[in-house]
Amino acid sequence: MMKTQIRISLLTPASLVLAATLAAAPYDALAGTYDLTVAKAQIEVDGRAFEKLTVNGSVPGPTLRLREGEKATITVANETDEPTSMHWHGILLPGIMDGAPGFNGFMGIAPGASYTYTFDIRQSGTYWYHSHTGTQDQSVLGAIVIEPASPPPFPAERDYVVMLGDITPEDSDRVLHNLKADPGYYNYNKRTLIDFFGGAREQGIGAALRDRLDWGEMRMDPTDLADVTGYAFLVNGKQPVENETFVFKKGERVRLRLINGSAMTLFDVRIPGLKMKVVAADGNDVEPVAVDEIRMGVAERYDVIVEPSEDVAYTIFAESIDRAGYARATLAAREGVEGPIPQRRPRALLAMDDMGAAHDGHAGPDMKEENAATDDHGGHEDHGGHDSHGHEGHGPAMEHGEGHMMDHGEGGHDGHQMHDMQHDGAMHEAPSAPPRPVGWASGFPAGSKVLAYEDLRARAPHADNRPPDRSVEMRLTGNMERYVWTLNDKRFHEAAPIRVRYGERVRIDFVNETMMAHPMHLHGMFFELENGAGTHRPLKDTVIVPPGKSVSVILTAREAGAWPLHCHLLYHMASGMMTAFIVEPPDAAEAGITPDGASLPLAISHDGHGGHAGHGGI
Amino acid sequence: MRRMLLAALLGSFAFPGIGWAEPGDVVAMDHGPETFRKIVVEADYAARHGGLWRWHADGWIGGDSERVWIRSDGEIEDGRVHEAELQVLYGWNVHPFWDVLLGVRQDFEPDSETYLAAGVTGLAPYFFETDATAFLSAGGDLSARFEQSLDLPVTQKLIAEPHVELNAFAQDVPERGIGAGFSSIEAGLQLRYEITRKFAPYADLVWERVLGETASIARGRGEDVENLTLHIGIRTWF
Repeated sequence: MMKTQIRISLLTPASLVLAATLAAAPYDALAGTYDLTVAKAQIEVDGRAFEKLTVNGSVPGPTLRLREGEKATITVANETDEPTSMHWHGILLPGIMDGAPGFNGFMGIAPGASYTYTFDIRQSGTYWYHSHTGTQDQSVLGAIVIEPASPPPFPAERDYVVMLGDITPEDSDRVLHNLKADPGYYNYNKRTLIDFFGGAREQGIGAALRDRLDWGEMRMDPTDLADVTGYAFLVNGKQPVENETFVFKKGERVRLRLINGSAMTLFDVRIPGLKMKVVAADGNDVEPVAVDEIRMGVAERYDVIVEPSEDVAYTIFAESIDRAGYARATLAAREGVEGPIPQRRPRALLAMDDMGAAHDGHAGPDMKEENAATDDHGGHEDHGGHDSHGHEGHGPAMEHGEGHMMDHGEGGHDGHQMHDMQHDGAMHEAPSAPPRPVGWASGFPAGSKVLAYEDLRARAPHADNRPPDRSVEMRLTGNMERYVWTLNDKRFHEAAPIRVRYGERVRIDFVNETMMAHPMHLHGMFFELENGAGTHRPLKDTVIVPPGKSVSVILTAREAGAWPLHCHLLYHMASGMMTAFIVEPPDAAEAGITPDGASLPLAISHDGHGGHAGHGGI
Repeated sequence: MRRMLLAALLGSFAFPGIGWAEPGDVVAMDHGPETFRKIVVEADYAARHGGLWRWHADGWIGGDSERVWIRSDGEIEDGRVHEAELQVLYGWNVHPFWDVLLGVRQDFEPDSETYLAAGVTGLAPYFFETDATAFLSAGGDLSARFEQSLDLPVTQKLIAEPHVELNAFAQDVPERGIGAGFSSIEAGLQLRYEITRKFAPYADLVWERVLGETASIARGRGEDVENLTLHIGIRTWF
């Protein structure tokens, strides 16, 4: 059991980490070569020491700096007493190198063993790595920065990794046990009788009671913004009091590589006093867009360039969306100064609009987007054939136009239960107390520009703009009462994989039927976000699907292998919210165009695939 | 062709999602714990007669869809165990909010008796925790118990929990002084302070009433048919 004194590495400024990394690995001799060790180490948060799994003794582990075009050789040694693994999030590579246990023949790294990952680097940008075993990605993680082969389109004098994180002294398996036993275990923001009487005073007893009854009827809780509390929020492993500092000189351009490397926390990130120019999303260049604030799902990355024009200390402020706390860092001319801490914002209360399972009404098999967009009262329609789960009514072949971020409207868990509320509009005309914003993406100051997915436009247009050969509907489902999270009502081990042909163009429609936002991540390839950007659809590997909303992505299946497709909230994945997206290996004739010559451990002749065609639609 | 047949044959035996005969093999592994538990135990004291101790345990061990449920209730009055029962049931999740249970109940006091038990447990609309269980004794007597409770947070840590239990019998059970029909009702209000979720002292004010024919029998024996008792205890779960 290694008990390294890790304070040293945690307190090292990011710039020195870079210098040290480069010094330790002479670039030419050991380009792209890293040794990582997963072992337990003492971590200190709020003056409390506790043991966590770490990479090279720290949380996060070292930043891997790679270069497009080189070969990465990364050896991961497991010095723990449990299996581990390492996944290279967002990296295009052969399936066996992807590091998800159980996929492509990779079976994890046994205690005492090591595994050497080798892959050619075919991309550039900001990525990260983390364990894909159990609940280890709470702390077994680090950043990856890949320099482009050609000069970067958005040069900057400074370049920093800003890795957001959350950490709890509790053992992460224990957290899952607590959630399974009581999904509200960590919610200390439940609505109380005292709140009820407050609401009754403001809205009248009738409205307050009706509101409670509406939520009660569905057995759902509008305060359920975050499953787990008790986290300390980190920037590059440092708590707010430790004040991670990034140094700049007035007039310099500073590239901040924002990575949400947390387990369960969505962050609202801003730098009061500075506009952030977003130049890349999930590692891929986008047309610059200046924003004040970014809501970051777990595993999302945004590269932003800021140009501080004054010698003052700016605060990089990342508030968790449940407002339980914040991570902060400082952008300043020198170490040891602090910017002001912005006033904390009130916690939002979910609205009925955020209600998942709202889709019963959209039963038509050929419903067009316009209908969906204008039909606010989805719950009313007749929805023949829905079962007691209330999920089955809507058709599998909804047609979507290009570029929709469609709102499926409100509706009830069982549709018919919601009539009264929908008609009298109690939720809309009687919002709760003004300081408490209502609705999922709410509470931003008026006039501030918050990055929306619609703002993202890929820097280069796509060559392949074919319509999809097929659409796969992926309903994000779950049973909050049991803390079971599912895709299309199936847990990972119950679900048949999605199978697509090599080269096939596939649309995935994520339909969130739950009340929580899910950052959905596909391994092994990028998808194009259908956000209305025409041929400039931004490439991403992780997309937030807000509560009760739908988001669609499209991709060309050019990476053969079995790729996990999952919610990146740690405990959602651990409780089943994952499936396999299998791109069948190409024919011999097609093999020449496999980008990385991917080989699969079990190659079965292609003529045997006909029998699987039916799996694809789930 | 033979290969195809072989693949199809193997595929048909493969577990969904754990198909080992298909390309792009996927095996469910290393995705965290699969077995969980929640067993709530309450023990309390009331200054009734020579002192009344009660215990109540209710919980499960298992996965998301199948669980073993364990329940036990008992009372010790004047230093003597005068009620003790244990239920062990197997439960299947049949609906997001409901489990169907089947198992046995063993009474140790006041009489030793074994029952077959079947019922449902779950969360009714408006967050009512609900248990409905039917019991068939070894002697062929049929009875049923219905329980409901509701957690109302007064503050984040102070929880008011109104609860009710209703018992009914399909026939007279003379040896136990029970008449057919509703036999007893218990209604109470527990006020607990959750120091942590897993440790909470509580006060529970409980009104009990024996009903119907059973009450007549009790009166005939000179027993109380109604009680109002304040219990003070500790609730924990593990």
